[in-house]
Amino acid sequence: MANEIAVKNFYQQSTNKHTGILSWLLTKDHKRIGLMYMMAIMSFFVVGMIIGLLMRLELIAPGRTIMNAQTYNTLFTLHGVIMIFLFIIPGLPAIFGNFFLPIQIGAADVAFPRLNLLSWYIYMIGATLVIVSLFLPGGPIDTGWTFYIPYSIRSTTNVSMALFAAFVLGFSSILTGINFITTVHRLRAPGMGFFKMPLFVWATYATAWIQIIATPVIAITILLVIIERAFGVGIFDPALGGDPILFQHMFWIYSHPAVYIMILPAMGVVSEIIPTFSRRTIFGYKQIAYSSLAIAFIGYLVWAHHMFSSGMSDTARWIFSLLTFIVALPSGVKIFNWVATMYKGSIDPQPPFLWVMNFIFLFSIGGLTGLVLGSLATDIHLTDTYFVVAHFHYVMFGGTGTIFFAALHYWFPKMFGRMYNMKFARIAVVLYFIGFNMLYFPKFIMGYMGMPRRYYDYLPQFTPYQRISTIGSWILVGTIFFIFGYLIHALRKGKKATSNPWGGVTMEWHIPSPPPLENFKTIPTVTHEPYDFSQLKEMKNE
Amino acid sequence: MSDHQEAAVHQLHRDDAGARMGMWLFLFTEVLLFGGMFLVYAVYRYQYPDQFHLAARELNTTLGTLNTIILLTSSLTVALSIAALQNGNKFLSLILLSATLLFALTFMVIKYFEWTTKIAHGIYPGSPELLTKPNGQILFFGLYYVMTGLHGLHVLVGMVVISFMIVFIARDKVTPDNYVKLENSGLYWHLVDLIWIFLFPLFYLIQ
Repeated sequence: MANEIAVKNFYQQSTNKHTGILSWLLTKDHKRIGLMYMMAIMSFFVVGMIIGLLMRLELIAPGRTIMNAQTYNTLFTLHGVIMIFLFIIPGLPAIFGNFFLPIQIGAADVAFPRLNLLSWYIYMIGATLVIVSLFLPGGPIDTGWTFYIPYSIRSTTNVSMALFAAFVLGFSSILTGINFITTVHRLRAPGMGFFKMPLFVWATYATAWIQIIATPVIAITILLVIIERAFGVGIFDPALGGDPILFQHMFWIYSHPAVYIMILPAMGVVSEIIPTFSRRTIFGYKQIAYSSLAIAFIGYLVWAHHMFSSGMSDTARWIFSLLTFIVALPSGVKIFNWVATMYKGSIDPQPPFLWVMNFIFLFSIGGLTGLVLGSLATDIHLTDTYFVVAHFHYVMFGGTGTIFFAALHYWFPKMFGRMYNMKFARIAVVLYFIGFNMLYFPKFIMGYMGMPRRYYDYLPQFTPYQRISTIGSWILVGTIFFIFGYLIHALRKGKKATSNPWGGVTMEWHIPSPPPLENFKTIPTVTHEPYDFSQLKEMKNE
Repeated sequence: MSDHQEAAVHQLHRDDAGARMGMWLFLFTEVLLFGGMFLVYAVYRYQYPDQFHLAARELNTTLGTLNTIILLTSSLTVALSIAALQNGNKFLSLILLSATLLFALTFMVIKYFEWTTKIAHGIYPGSPELLTKPNGQILFFGLYYVMTGLHGLHVLVGMVVISFMIVFIARDKVTPDNYVKLENSGLYWHLVDLIWIFLFPLFYLIQ
């Protein structure tokens, strides 16, 4: 480890001649760009979270509590738009994908470093447009994040601007996807065959494909709505012969695959963390890799299950229902393989592993309630109720959100070269679990009892459940601030991290923490399988 | 960063096959973008076949054909300019690119006259004249403006890209040894052409 001190890390070296803030804003280094995404995305996450907190506070009692109904409408729209387009879609790929995908395949950078920086700027422009649309005359958008026609044409709020922001953000997403696919094809180190890639790379690769296949469809749909608002072309306007249901189809052709953009990288992170802390090679490597592709492919064909009650033929409905059940299979393959990996492993329950346990529990609830919504008869009863809200939050927040924290705890030492307080991290996992279930589980019950989603007011019999949910939101938000607190503290005061604090064997654990600018002194030659823990001994001698 | 490392990283970034791959992926997203539009077109054509038929007769097939010929020729000139540069003939390459630019401009001018004639006849989205027509015709002209407009926007972007290539070749940033930028611009231009090849029959010819 002697040469570790001699090597400068990427914080101390710049890709350009500038120092200070410009060395970041003009950087081509994938690691710095990843961290810039992290700053931006986590800020928006906090904004989205506070909006959610305010909505929950409003719902603590029936009737008006702290805001009027119109404000509530704009808040749930903004919560959706910010969390989906600014946090959860770019979250894992743009932060951890950028930082670790090139390292994990033994490359010095992504294929198009300048394009990578451009995607960050486009993301920031999109985000700025979202924020600006709040303050312009007309007021914040109130259509819900689904922008359903005809209300999104009639609404006098700043719908066009918010839509344009989503269009711009989609462009950023497409460019990142193109970059990652090309990187995986062109820049794998010698010996790094496709089936020697870590599973996070596989998952990010599959995600990148969905990004470039699905995003253009939402782009054109959004453009059509903007044009419709500006010129009244009539494409989605029933008064002129257009068909609002067609909008729903085109919206979900993107937005359903988008949930796989959100969840697949998270599944990739799980496939990294479980072997590392079980000290055992992953069970069913190829099956997990292929199941990512299968999810990407089948996930593209299930969109209309969002529209069971909006007017389709029965044939179409049962076909989409069937396809929905089929897409659960590859997810099941992953869950079983993860559990089988732990079997007879030497499990070391460090915080990242505990976060993954959290994920498996929460995501399983989310996944299984998805089947309830996927079958036609039950969906008719539950559609547009809190049940859908609860399902969605268990899958997205309990799934991707939880794994966001898992990834943060897993790669924090590598990214920043510091360790955080393990005891605090363990407490945070438990508090998060309690807060999360208090916040969202009552929504399943309320939804089953018939509480519709997006409602400002509710009947008195829902009061106890709403109250539990609101208290849960306080615990959850408190925990998240607690996490940010000890992580920020660790940045300054944390103990220095070694190059391999967890005993992982993928490429990033072979290089110093934080990594040097070029990642590797020379491009490495890969000889081992990705999760071959017999390397640990030689790695100690490196 | 030392010079040596700079060179090493720079070396890595010169990956022509990678650059082409990235471009093809981007073109793929463009095809899907227009694919969404073609889907909308298909749905409404199926729904209002008679009115689409009637509305299509209002379009000027002669101008459409002329534009098709112009655009196809411009695709030829851009392909030839790449070949010329590969053979080291910088001057010919520049001439051919300028010709492409000129064709593109002609295309846009003809498009302009087509649109303004329609607008002068009161056929444009939301016009009182158009609103008296049946829904199928409103949709046909709505789609006509949106799809040819979006395509026209792509022609403009292509013109900007080709202008940049002319500057790059003139300043020897794009050379016979390093012409992947020009190749990618050519690919983009072919896509613009390709989309028109589908738009032309769908709006002008199928009647």
